[in-house]
Amino acid sequence: MIALEPWLRERCRAGRKLLVPYLMGGMGEDWVEALQAVAAAGADAVEVGIPFSDPMMDGPVIQQAGVHALDRGATPARVVGALASAELGVPVAVMTYYNVVFRAGHRRMAQSLRAAGVGAAIVPDIPLEELEPWAAEADAAEVATVLLVAPSTPEPRVARICARSRGFVYAVARMGVTGERESLGNETTEVVRRIRAVTDAPVCVGVGVSTPSQARAVCEVADGVVVGSALVRRLLEGGGPDAAGEFVGQLRAALDAG
Amino acid sequence: MSASARPPADAGSRSAAHAPAAVMGTPGPDGRFGEYGGRFVPESLVPACMELEEAFAAAWADASFRTQLASVLRDYGGRPTPVTQCARLSEELGVRLLLKREDLVHGGSHKLNNVLGQALLTVRMGKERLVAETGAGQHGVATATAAALLGLECTVYMGELDTERQELNVFRMELLGAEVRPVSSGSRTLKDAVNEALRDWVATVDRTHYCLGSVMGPHPFPYMVRELQRVVGDEARAQCQALLGGADPDVVVACVGGGSNAAGTFAGFADSGARLVGVEAAGGAAVSDGITGVLHGMKSLLLQDEEGQILEAESISAGLDYPGIGPEHAWLAASGRAQYDKATDEEVLAAFRLLARTEGILPALEPAHALAWVVREAGRSIPKGSTVLVTLSGRGDKDVAQVRELLASGDSER
Repeated sequence: MIALEPWLRERCRAGRKLLVPYLMGGMGEDWVEALQAVAAAGADAVEVGIPFSDPMMDGPVIQQAGVHALDRGATPARVVGALASAELGVPVAVMTYYNVVFRAGHRRMAQSLRAAGVGAAIVPDIPLEELEPWAAEADAAEVATVLLVAPSTPEPRVARICARSRGFVYAVARMGVTGERESLGNETTEVVRRIRAVTDAPVCVGVGVSTPSQARAVCEVADGVVVGSALVRRLLEGGGPDAAGEFVGQLRAALDAG
Repeated sequence: MSASARPPADAGSRSAAHAPAAVMGTPGPDGRFGEYGGRFVPESLVPACMELEEAFAAAWADASFRTQLASVLRDYGGRPTPVTQCARLSEELGVRLLLKREDLVHGGSHKLNNVLGQALLTVRMGKERLVAETGAGQHGVATATAAALLGLECTVYMGELDTERQELNVFRMELLGAEVRPVSSGSRTLKDAVNEALRDWVATVDRTHYCLGSVMGPHPFPYMVRELQRVVGDEARAQCQALLGGADPDVVVACVGGGSNAAGTFAGFADSGARLVGVEAAGGAAVSDGITGVLHGMKSLLLQDEEGQILEAESISAGLDYPGIGPEHAWLAASGRAQYDKATDEEVLAAFRLLARTEGILPALEPAHALAWVVREAGRSIPKGSTVLVTLSGRGDKDVAQVRELLASGDSER
């Protein structure tokens, strides 16, 4: 297993901007190949969704990918099992919702991630106040629990979230759900600035980052970007691993040129 | 007989770390009812929930807000609603049946009680837009009504399947100036409408209040909605005492989807000796068939599969088609203070017709579940001669076309 935080810190120190593509586990027959293509095209880590029937934080594109995955019989065990043998060469974080974790059991989920070489988890509907039952088990299994800071998060809470986040701090670019946006506003810069003020951990921006030029602009202030819907849409449109790799290559080139 | 389901006096201390101070009292800042409740929302919404918690606590402690709400409920909503003694049906069942007539509230259901409170709170918070979810359409109509009254914008999310089942309510909401957005994701019913309303709220929280329609969702909604609905139980308690020479009914019954009319009713009787019974739809019985999980911001009992995927609830009543139950109900069930049972579609249709024929009242299909339970249990778990209060949470006009179809297809099958 590649531990997420030292890996990302090392790359930041080397002056590299971090690229974390997201795709939904089980969303198509060739999702593992797509993931491998994405990793090979310049991802610094990958984020893989475990589908949930009621994804509160996701917009239409990722919802649709989740429906496809569930229709194809995706389960947490199958997604995590596929990751165990995917040989990606970069760290993996899973993203899911709390009921999936709660139903599996905190310890069982944390240990199954560890056994599959998954070094991190993002569970956006566990707020700081409810975190410990999961985070204690995740810590014990050396699975990093990545926490989110939103534009609406007040100052003292930003510091508490950053102190408890592992791997990196996930800065939510805009109020709203996942999905492509034409532009990202001042609130993105502002939320990154407020995180920077209280932590030296890597800061990656997600929710709405859709194009190479947006990724480059965001990385003028942040350490990296998470790109989900824009990639998942290409896969839903039938692009396959080649198109996924090509898009991630474009994102990589934009970040390296910046 | 009413003592059988009473909890021990110290039931509230069963799990001292989490339990609310009193049965149906104020939950702590973690919003817990025993192990249930809480606030499981993405970080973007946590500050909004905290703001709402503070705003409601301040308003609820403010006599002028309470007076303002009471005036609107009286002069606009038509409160207090009566308690009707059902002479003919009582004779047929062998129990003394009383109905708390929330069907007579303006708009035709108890939903307005909650919505007027939240709409006034919205104005007090300086916000100008309401979003709401709706199943049967009653909460959507009530929210659109309150929005029109107070000059607020209103967007209602409704599962596509429900917009077909309740098309007249869609038109009603539009007449009242609301925008109805059909939800085509997931099972296209109430749970998916809640997801969409939450997604809207995340993006618009600066100027929008999410006017949640039941005792569910993240803290403070389950507590706030119960407090706004407790007028049902408080009125009924006093009215029953006046009718019964100072006594309480032996049994208090209400239907439960999310559980707002039941929570409001039970709140008035929590410290009485009455047996409290919530009745769920057989196809959506979270207490009987659910297991603990987290959905829509709360930990509660949910219909779900082995992997934690939420299952669809299914009954003849769109208003009860919710795969979960309010967290306080989950706790009332666990603590034994209330019990929860279910009624089948057939029993519900029979009860609907029975009340119409014997009392001249068309109940909504939702409270027809509560009636169906009383019809079934009278002379069984409800001893003959008992006094039973049923909250008639809404009127059946919205369901008449559906009932006609169901009865016609039932006749043709025979």
